[in-house]
Amino acid sequence: MANVLINVPKTARRGEVIEIKAMILHPMETGFRPGTNGRIIPRNIIERFTATWNGTEVFSMAMSPAIAANPFVSFFAVARDSGTIALRWTGDEGFAVEERVAITVG
Amino acid sequence: MKAARAALGLVSLFAATWAVAQGTLETRRSGYQDMGAALRQMQDDDTANPGMLFVQLGAAAWDKPAGASGKSCADCHGAASGMKGVAARYPAIPPGADKPVDLGGRINLCRTGRQQAEPWPAEHRDLLALEALVALQSRGEPIAPPADPRLAPFRERGAEIYRRRQGQLNLSCAICHDDNAGKQLAGVVIPQAHPTGYPIYRLEWQALGSLQRRLRNCLVGVRADAWPLDAMEYVELETYLMDRARGMKIESPAVRP
Repeated sequence: MANVLINVPKTARRGEVIEIKAMILHPMETGFRPGTNGRIIPRNIIERFTATWNGTEVFSMAMSPAIAANPFVSFFAVARDSGTIALRWTGDEGFAVEERVAITVG
Repeated sequence: MKAARAALGLVSLFAATWAVAQGTLETRRSGYQDMGAALRQMQDDDTANPGMLFVQLGAAAWDKPAGASGKSCADCHGAASGMKGVAARYPAIPPGADKPVDLGGRINLCRTGRQQAEPWPAEHRDLLALEALVALQSRGEPIAPPADPRLAPFRERGAEIYRRRQGQLNLSCAICHDDNAGKQLAGVVIPQAHPTGYPIYRLEWQALGSLQRRLRNCLVGVRADAWPLDAMEYVELETYLMDRARGMKIESPAVRP
């Protein structure tokens, strides 16, 4: 089950700069740590986070093993049209989560 | 006349010390007050507090049937909001038992007794998630240990552990958290050790953890042998600490460095 906390205003004025905050439950296992049996725990991180607004990419970032578990991302975007903001996390072990939030721009 | 004035002075002096002892002049501080602004903001914002991710997990577990009974928490307790105040009064002695259990222990009793499921091991993510969900309902409630006289011996043993020197560093809890609280240990302020926000999301752990885990950290820190995970010492110490923090507000799930 995807476990995500997203903070996006429901409405915005046209041209307003809004802050989009998103956090996801993920271990962000570095691939450098030995487990209790002495063997290296395989790397399991989120590699990429992208945000699209009505299909147009407005933000993306590559993540690295140095980022802590349950990564929290905050970024700004200019509100132009009402519609859907889609947030997508992809990573190791086939990890892929997409969450959508609706926003009304008036 | 002079004697009367002296007596009056003494009485007011006693009154002042009594007021301090009663906590009317609050000198107790939650660890929250010793954190930086960024961390306080992180805890206060429910969409930035990672503990809330676990509350969501807990909410899912609350409605999910478990064990041979096929019952969920919600089948008996209804909505989780009905658990308001519960986390503020544990550890308590459950009906039919003769020793106290902490909140996690109480959840496991429900799990084995009512749901007829396997108990969760200590620090299991689902157990912590349910604890976080239940504790969240008491957010802002004052810590209120029950007036059960049977708790007294456990509380006293907890107080004794709190003052007992332990480990190769030969330190007691009280030496740091009473005598030197507010001073610095390396880069961090030594908190007064009031368990106001458990289970906590500790950045060092990058995970939610129980008070028991935090106590184990301190025991390792003074280079003592940590008690086994099911040891009564943890519950006794928690019983004492919750009494010591009586009246302080629950802030679960708290964020701590």
